[in-house]
Amino acid sequence: MSERVAVRKTYKLFVGGKFPRSESGRSYLVQDSNVSLASRKDARDAVVAARAAVKGWAGATAYNRGQILYRVAEMLEGRREQFVALGVPGDEVDAATDRWVWYAGWSDKLPQVYGGANPVAGPYFNLSAPEPTGVVAVVAPEAPALLGLVSVIAPAIVTGNTVVVAASPTAPLAAVTLAEVLATSDLPGGVVNILTGRLSETVPTLAAHMDVNAIDLTGVTDAELAADMEVKAAENLKRVLRPVSAGHDWSADPGLGRMTALLETKTVWHPKGV
Amino acid sequence: MFEYAPAPESRSVVDIKASSGLFINGEFVDPADGGSFKSINPASEEVLAEVAEGGAQDVDRAVRAARKAYEKVWGPMPGRDRAKYLFRIARIIQERSRELAVLESLDNGKPIRESRDVDLPLVAAHFFYYAGWADKLPYAGFGANPRPLGVAAQVIPWNFPLLMLAWKIAPALAAGNTVVLKPAETTPLTASLFAEICQQADLPAGVVNIVTGAGETGRALVEHADVDKVAFTGSTDVGRAIARAVAGSRKKLTLELGGKAANIVFDDAPVDQAVEGIVNGIFFNQGHVCCAGSRLLIQESVAEQVLESLKRRMAQLRLGDPLDKNTDIGAINSAAQLSRIRELTTAGAAEGAQQWSPPCELPERGFWFAPTIFTGVTQAHRIAREEIFGPVLSVLTFRTPAEAVEKANNTPYGLSAGIWTEKGSRILWMADRLRAGVVWANTFNKFDPTSPFGGYKESGYGREGGRHGLEAYLNV
Repeated sequence: MSERVAVRKTYKLFVGGKFPRSESGRSYLVQDSNVSLASRKDARDAVVAARAAVKGWAGATAYNRGQILYRVAEMLEGRREQFVALGVPGDEVDAATDRWVWYAGWSDKLPQVYGGANPVAGPYFNLSAPEPTGVVAVVAPEAPALLGLVSVIAPAIVTGNTVVVAASPTAPLAAVTLAEVLATSDLPGGVVNILTGRLSETVPTLAAHMDVNAIDLTGVTDAELAADMEVKAAENLKRVLRPVSAGHDWSADPGLGRMTALLETKTVWHPKGV
Repeated sequence: MFEYAPAPESRSVVDIKASSGLFINGEFVDPADGGSFKSINPASEEVLAEVAEGGAQDVDRAVRAARKAYEKVWGPMPGRDRAKYLFRIARIIQERSRELAVLESLDNGKPIRESRDVDLPLVAAHFFYYAGWADKLPYAGFGANPRPLGVAAQVIPWNFPLLMLAWKIAPALAAGNTVVLKPAETTPLTASLFAEICQQADLPAGVVNIVTGAGETGRALVEHADVDKVAFTGSTDVGRAIARAVAGSRKKLTLELGGKAANIVFDDAPVDQAVEGIVNGIFFNQGHVCCAGSRLLIQESVAEQVLESLKRRMAQLRLGDPLDKNTDIGAINSAAQLSRIRELTTAGAAEGAQQWSPPCELPERGFWFAPTIFTGVTQAHRIAREEIFGPVLSVLTFRTPAEAVEKANNTPYGLSAGIWTEKGSRILWMADRLRAGVVWANTFNKFDPTSPFGGYKESGYGREGGRHGLEAYLNV
């Protein structure tokens, strides 16, 4: 009896809830698999998809967003072995799953912790509430492949932002596999878009894009490139998260910083009277 | 219009020194290269004082003084003691408020009614508010032991000179930072008087340093390698340049930039109240307000009625001597700003909008611009897109709430917005959709130290005021 011939997976981009190949028709080899090599055009298309998803996602109730993030954790738990097969340590998959659960719970709590009533000196109702900034470009850390990726996506989207993620060029398989988790978690298409390939192609396009509201440079290890991206981001005054220092501990308590850096605070005034 | 007899506030309350130096390490000093510039009264073009112009060497000296004070005195000082210094400063500001208000009106051109009743009370309140935070930082929601950043470089504009100084210095000091602040070149005088107040409060030397000068001085300060934090309020173009300048550095940056706010009037709004709000929104402080309601969006069905009331109200505005207690509209801050306003209003007329001003006699000397509205404005007109920063209102109309949102958000700015309607659910629906950091419903241009202020999009990032305002000066 002959051994069964395996059905191999094609690793593609994740844009607008679909899995297209790069429009450039290019790929590169990682761990014996051909992975899409995203072009500048793919980056622009991903921004269009992310922008289209903002209204529905930012407008969804916090409860609903929390439910969906928790659903992501459920799906990830079920696919643990797939990530292990790609070389992601089991503990890392567990930590990544737990991180989704942690952030899921923040969706309807952060506005209470980070906003609130202000006791102004006059007869006014005055309330500050956080709102998502909009479309966020994210450069995922090179490693750890899964926990690092989840640790930059979850805080951005839990508050209602949508993201275009430049995945780690050396560890794209975990990123594409995570996209399959996201695609089966009731996450609306376009909320998370994942580009694989060279950072030098996609990131400058995202940093300079006038319809991107913020950029998270976490995974940019080249200081000169990071500074250059920050200069590009200044054109439309993107909110910038600077790269983390080498040796960053991704298993530590992440705090609120990654969420709050991608929020706007809106303050509403109204007179009190009869 | 009623004839009022002149009611000028006395200038004698303030002793304007003929020349003012840089305030570095607790002392007034001359700049290294001896440069200076003149600060004038924009209402008369009279020279008020010769002001020291700080160069790169002076900036360096100020930053070193701030660093030393941070490391040796202010950083290690318990929060409760920092608080006491800030409370002292707040009290002295209250005690000397008339002196400060008169000086502000002289140097800036704003009506004494505003400097006395708006600017100064808010300045004192801001110091009081942040004084109370200095020993309560672990409870501010930024972790158990939030740390200051170090030396803050702060560059402020000329429209609310002392108030912007308070917005910058009070939270920075409360959080444990030391500062080097550069006031605007056309309005440096109240900052120098504030330096005297720091001396009077026995604030340790080097905690507050004030380096007067123009753009080059500001650039040297922002680009200095030993500052940990940059805070800027001013134009979006300069904000962009600063964002580029600090790229790749450790400097934490907050920017409060331009605006082109929509003030939206629905058909059910009480017209008289709305008109008061429109006038306050655009003519307060001669329209030199980044959050000014400079685009009026009126629901089509009431446009005629609202405009008629607005014109009647505008005819009652008194323009003239800023020190006169009856004055509503003071002087434009500088010749340069006046020419900017003229350039944009000329473009407005050339692009086909209709210009209207009430009969209004302008004084012969000084810089003046009559309150002005443009009707027939389209979204493509420069006067609907660019910040004029003057007493000029662009009027547009809309039919549905959705169209109002669309037009209001059709700008790269996102600092503020106004909504006028009696319907509560519509206010909240609109407020959710307006991309702006401050939304005033049935009011406009209200400020409070407890209330976070700052913009979306190209109006900048970070918030000033409230608990949020501390974040800009803490290592979080």
